[in-house]
Amino acid sequence: MSVLAYGVAAWIFCVGIYGAIISRNLIHLAVCLSVAQSSTYILLLAIGYRNHATAPIFKGFENRTKAVDPVVQALTLTDIVVSVTVIALILALALDAHEAANTVDPDELVGMRG
Amino acid sequence: MIATLVPLEAPLLVLAALAATGVAFALSPLRQIIVNGLYGLLLVILFVVFQAPDVALSMLVVTTVAYPLIVLVAIRRTRK
Amino acid sequence: MRRQRARGLLALPALGGLGALLAWGFSGLSPFGHFHGFYGQLLNAIALPQRHTTNTVAAVTFDYRGIDTLGEEFILFTAVIGVVLLLRKAGRATPRDVAQDVVSSQASRYFGVIGAGLVLLVGLWLAAFGYVTPGGGFQGGVVIASGIAVVFLACGYRAWLRVSNEEVLDPLEGTGAGGFVALGLAALIAGAPFLHNLFGPGKAGTLFSGGSIAIANWAVALEVAAANLVLYAEFLEQYVMTLVRDTGDE
Repeated sequence: MSVLAYGVAAWIFCVGIYGAIISRNLIHLAVCLSVAQSSTYILLLAIGYRNHATAPIFKGFENRTKAVDPVVQALTLTDIVVSVTVIALILALALDAHEAANTVDPDELVGMRG
Repeated sequence: MIATLVPLEAPLLVLAALAATGVAFALSPLRQIIVNGLYGLLLVILFVVFQAPDVALSMLVVTTVAYPLIVLVAIRRTRK
Repeated sequence: MRRQRARGLLALPALGGLGALLAWGFSGLSPFGHFHGFYGQLLNAIALPQRHTTNTVAAVTFDYRGIDTLGEEFILFTAVIGVVLLLRKAGRATPRDVAQDVVSSQASRYFGVIGAGLVLLVGLWLAAFGYVTPGGGFQGGVVIASGIAVVFLACGYRAWLRVSNEEVLDPLEGTGAGGFVALGLAALIAGAPFLHNLFGPGKAGTLFSGGSIAIANWAVALEVAAANLVLYAEFLEQYVMTLVRDTGDE
């Protein structure tokens, strides 16, 4: 089971990076990068998981029941919201490249001129 | 919710891996953003099974509203 | 095409090496389901007695690891500055150019207006009760922004311009980011460490719990909502410029 959980995180990371490497379109590349980032969320939550435990929210029952780790959840949820703006920044760069060179193919975007 | 959802973790992880492969190998950005929506919803269910409702809430709204909006606008703007 | 294929073939052994390195690294982790991290167990046990917040994740985000949240907030802030700098120089589309961006279906207008109100209400509830039940400033902020974005989807660009005035959104975003820092500095001025929880804990399970967690929660919700609205405003303006371009007005 731990091989499956950590292996899926590693697989999704490598697949995202591979998709970004063979990409022919900058927008496709940005979404592949977001997939690679989501593998870290799966890894963090898989690390913090405890068998037969509940969510770390204790409204209505006492806080001595077994719960999963709250620190990794705090890291993950701030990261998800912030990654939207970072992907938006990458997409804005792609739009800017399209304005300048009329293409979003990374192979056709050669170095800067002037 | 305690200890009744354990058998769901393995199939969800495998489905998430397949969906991620589908996103990376999608042929065009438009198809990719549709498969990405499916992948995001699978991740939301996975996060709920991992007993993380806060994380599932933020992933839900981000992957159904924010990502499609900005990527679809970018696709439309760079269409020849 | 040949260059792409060459890149793919060159990347496969490199990614194989990366996969092997990850496998070696992950073999040192504790088995799945048997995490014995002491910090998390300690926080689960003391967050409710100390801060009277029932949502331990919110207590960790806004109080125990508040400095990490400050860093993440400023990543958000900086990325939005970058997007605005890149996209605002291309010129603006005025509303009278966009005569054809009208939502023609009455059903989608009515349901969209009702839906926008409902989503906005859900977002405000998620942000307000963030430290009592699942939710929080981050989730609530994004839901509020998407509720307002439904106005564009339901009613067209002119209605969206009325609810997303950028001269109002930019100071609001700064207030949210600066509010969090001001909270930490207020603690510093009062003689306690930076971002220390200043106010009394209050009664657990109600809105008056957690002390300065409530204020940090609202500051983050304000900043995330305003930042997301600025992003949507910039991107939707790009979309409207494609409509202008396609009709040949430019």
